[in-house]
Amino acid sequence: MELIWDGLREAFRILGTGDRDVWEIAIRSLLVSGSATAIALIFGVAVGATLAFRRFPGRNLAVVLVNTGMGLPPVVVGLAVAILLWRSGPLGQLGLIYTPGAMVVAQAVIAAPLVTGFTVAALGALPPRLRPQLYALGASRLQMLWLVLQEARMPLLAALMAGFGAAISEIGASLMVGGNLSGETRVLTTAVALAVQRGEFAPAIALSIILLTLIFLVNLVLTGVQQRERPS
Amino acid sequence: MTKIALRDIVVRRGGVEILRVPWLDLREGEVLAVLGPNGAGKSTLLQVLALLERPAEGEVRFDGEAVAGRELALRRRLAVVFQESLLLNRSVEANVGLGLSLRGVPRRERADRVRHWLARFGIDGLAKRSARSLSGGEAQRASLARAFALEPEVLLLDEPFSALDQPTRESLLEELATVLQETSVTTVFVSHDRNEAARLADRVVVLAEGQLRQVGLTADVFTAPADETVAAYVGVETVIPARVLEVSDGLVTLQVGEAKVEATAESFVATEALLCLRPEDIVLALSDVAGSARNQLRGVVRGIRSAGAEVRVEVDCGFSLVASITKRSLEELGLEVGSPLVASFKATAVHLIPRGGERRTLASDADDVH
Repeated sequence: MELIWDGLREAFRILGTGDRDVWEIAIRSLLVSGSATAIALIFGVAVGATLAFRRFPGRNLAVVLVNTGMGLPPVVVGLAVAILLWRSGPLGQLGLIYTPGAMVVAQAVIAAPLVTGFTVAALGALPPRLRPQLYALGASRLQMLWLVLQEARMPLLAALMAGFGAAISEIGASLMVGGNLSGETRVLTTAVALAVQRGEFAPAIALSIILLTLIFLVNLVLTGVQQRERPS
Repeated sequence: MTKIALRDIVVRRGGVEILRVPWLDLREGEVLAVLGPNGAGKSTLLQVLALLERPAEGEVRFDGEAVAGRELALRRRLAVVFQESLLLNRSVEANVGLGLSLRGVPRRERADRVRHWLARFGIDGLAKRSARSLSGGEAQRASLARAFALEPEVLLLDEPFSALDQPTRESLLEELATVLQETSVTTVFVSHDRNEAARLADRVVVLAEGQLRQVGLTADVFTAPADETVAAYVGVETVIPARVLEVSDGLVTLQVGEAKVEATAESFVATEALLCLRPEDIVLALSDVAGSARNQLRGVVRGIRSAGAEVRVEVDCGFSLVASITKRSLEELGLEVGSPLVASFKATAVHLIPRGGERRTLASDADDVH
């Protein structure tokens, strides 16, 4: 019990005094996972809309692959991205391995299937005749796409939350391609793991509280947007 | 003036032909009804006219010019109302103004037109409400207002009332008829309900199995169907094979079952025919009546069934025919199954579809079907 109490007390002291290292790690986490989610969103909406609206050979297989990707183990993603970005690997020239950039790539790969899968489901749930109706109302292709995305905004924001949640909470891939370098690639999850390994429970608890708060705040904002109804 | 012309149109889905229209003109200012059973290709025809479906073969012309490559610009001169209201999750007024904002119509003009058409369809009180909160009838009113607010050159309606309950459907049909008359907008009205078509349409197209069966003035198609399918579809309930006995002076005598029937027809050359009788053209009486009806057939009631305010009486008079009378005359005549009676109808009420021999060209659609 004492371990927990001491840990909690120390954690709130760290949070209260605004330990520079801790906040730096939190901000880096937010930036890396935010960028990864943004990339996953652009990719996921584009691919998801194509899969939802187009009929082509292999479409069903593609949807199965996306759904499989929704459960992609982060360590496998980490391994694949590490091989690609390794100095002697195919994309080694980019010099991304052990940089935040490599972590963004890995987390985007993890989040993209989630956003894609949710997008396919969200757009697929719209009435089938909605698109012809929008075209008939004089919408161009882009106007049509913008209107259906707005119409499916609730489930699409759920897709965004799921993508961000997966990105910020994964550890395996970030560890492998980022290396957990202090001041460079250390993020909340890798920092917690390292602290626990060292038996330093207080900073681990402090970092975990920050991680949970961050996820809570992001979801609070997104849910606020999601539930905000138009004039009734 | 022809507004939209279809030439040699073939539409395929997954390699299967689902619609073939060799020739169809939508004339400026007319209301054209497209009738036919489910799966006949009615909606596909509407999608071709709405420039939403590009046919595999053939040409669509708008105001005499091919549409290829100009679909978006031309679609902005049309409006379509589907069976489902398909409103977006926004306020009613935002929905009604949607087509206008897609066209970049300035806000003030948009608001004016939206207000006008909301009021025209009696839903101005719902302007600020969320479209999700509307009843089926209200939503379809909003959908109609959304279409009319565009002041389209051509209005395309795809079974707009078939998802509504009967009273709503009837009142909305009447409102639409009035608005169509006022605006005299060129209109295509897809329906599987012949009464709706009869109420609204100047001309009728009948489709079955993806083929154009008949095109003509509404009255002509309803009284002189081109074939059995069309006959069944436009409400001719008695369609029986008959043999031609004699043709003279525009009068054809036919053997129908055990009875003889006279019909008017000019230049009838076939030896076999299908005899078509609309139930409302048959008069039932208890004994022979002095009247102008050439055909008076003695028979027996075989069945009686209720059809709305009316009653359908099936009579065996050497062949089986179906007559329509009011509930009141049923009581007055005291008819029941087995009652003897006399069924009479005029020679002009009989429509003949030639079978075998040479096919007669139908006067009503000679200028439409080539």
